[in-house]
Amino acid sequence: MRAEARSGLLLSTPYAAFLLLFSIFPIGFSIVLVLLKWDLVTPPSFAGLDNLQHLVGDARFWQSIVNTFVFLAIHLPLQIVVALTLALALNRRLVFRAFWRAAFFLPVVISGAAVTILWSALYATDVGLINGLLARLDLGPVPWLTDPAIAMPAIAVMATWKNVGFYIVIYLAGLQSVPRSCHEAVELEGATAWQSFWHVTLPLLKPQTLLVVTLSTIGGFQLFIEPYVLTGGGPLRRTLSVILYMYRNAFSYQKMGYAATLGLALALLIAVVLIVQHRVIGSADEA
Amino acid sequence: MRRTAFYLVLAVAAIAFLYPFLWMAATTFKSPAEVGGLSLLPAQPTLENYRLMWTRAPFGRALFNSLLVATTITMSVLVFGSAAAYALARLRFPGRQVLNAVTIAVLLVPAQLTLIPTYTLIVQFGWIDSYAALIVPYAFNATAILILRQFFLQVPRSLIDSARLDGMGELRILFTVFWPLAKAPLATVGILTFMGAWNEVLWPLLVVRDEQLMTLPQLLTVFSLGGGAGPRQLATKLAATMVLVVPVVAAYALLQRFFIESMASTGIKG
Repeated sequence: MRAEARSGLLLSTPYAAFLLLFSIFPIGFSIVLVLLKWDLVTPPSFAGLDNLQHLVGDARFWQSIVNTFVFLAIHLPLQIVVALTLALALNRRLVFRAFWRAAFFLPVVISGAAVTILWSALYATDVGLINGLLARLDLGPVPWLTDPAIAMPAIAVMATWKNVGFYIVIYLAGLQSVPRSCHEAVELEGATAWQSFWHVTLPLLKPQTLLVVTLSTIGGFQLFIEPYVLTGGGPLRRTLSVILYMYRNAFSYQKMGYAATLGLALALLIAVVLIVQHRVIGSADEA
Repeated sequence: MRRTAFYLVLAVAAIAFLYPFLWMAATTFKSPAEVGGLSLLPAQPTLENYRLMWTRAPFGRALFNSLLVATTITMSVLVFGSAAAYALARLRFPGRQVLNAVTIAVLLVPAQLTLIPTYTLIVQFGWIDSYAALIVPYAFNATAILILRQFFLQVPRSLIDSARLDGMGELRILFTVFWPLAKAPLATVGILTFMGAWNEVLWPLLVVRDEQLMTLPQLLTVFSLGGGAGPRQLATKLAATMVLVVPVVAAYALLQRFFIESMASTGIKG
């Protein structure tokens, strides 16, 4: 038994040291950083609640939160509708079923940086693919990324394209666990296909929908490379994301205390939003 | 009739996902005059965009860096990670329960919270512009440990007992008895880890400033921000993107089911 304990300690110590250094210490230190003013060059100084005070009145921070909610307001419904539609289409007897699924899943495995640069080419005003297609229909060029009202919706569409394959697979797994007898029962009652979907399939897919909403929301709060490459946070800061703002505070302005404050605020905000969503979706069928 | 219409709609949807990739590939072989066009066949195919991309930024070096970083991280997560997972699953030692609990707790902490504190730590270590900064913070992965531990818990006790009677040490038991049984979870963890490391861009943008040490997605991002918006720049940017995309698409084409199942089973996206 002594030998077993020794082996156990030996094999797990590197992992324990790693957790201490790269998980536990950073969690604790994030709270300390909130109270500091530190540029990483000169020694840190105690700043009290300055960072929190600055956060409360920081128009850019609030703008980035508003931007995130604009993104989510478009992205979440779009993601659910497209994923569910394509999952329902793939959930029948199909020729080349694996091919269709693989096609929709392809953008999921591609790096976000590559997808974003590809979409910068699709959205380009003069030489872009989408405006090229529109020109074929005699429609004028749309300034996808330079119009303040269009830029964030454009990013939301791109994010949907990137991730929807993943959610199709999730919904497909859910659909395959819906028993046939459920549909047969309501069809005997004379329900239409739409009624059967709305009253039987959709409620049974609630766990999957909850997962889609949760993961997409977390993804929405993690927007970084998309605005970084496509818009730099513009036009008029309408695509500035919290992480992009945090990155700039750390990397460009050397404000570690404030960047950590943004990180903490973001973590708490994500937790609150997820709790609210679970409450709302969780109570949907009791009504 | 309805069936035909259904397949037509499905085909349009699939084109929306595949055509941009094909258009990108075609565009990288086009001359500036053709770049805005929708055609998938360049009239006068040219390698000029690839030549420009290759000479303007160290993409060969970035490819090497990305391969080195992603491979090292994956090896570490598999070898050291499964050693820790084995200990947590099958060995009794002081502190095991705490370590198991911390592993789960860590998964609940959002990455945004630890990003900046970890960055300050790397700066204090003097690791800015080093491979260590890119590799060490990813050397272990709590999700990977949980997946492997879960699998190791199911291996019959008798296999360990008889291996011990044969005089095998714990490491030999892990690598000669457990690993051959754990091919599926090891493949899942390997794919997820490699893809995550290969695609990561925010962390390299924080800790690496020297062009020679940049990873492929990072150099690509920096390069694409520096270019202009003209047709030549666009085609060059896309040529650079191809270097990042083609190896992944090739691997995906071969191991498509593995990719989809690994990612979907754990709820982790690339």
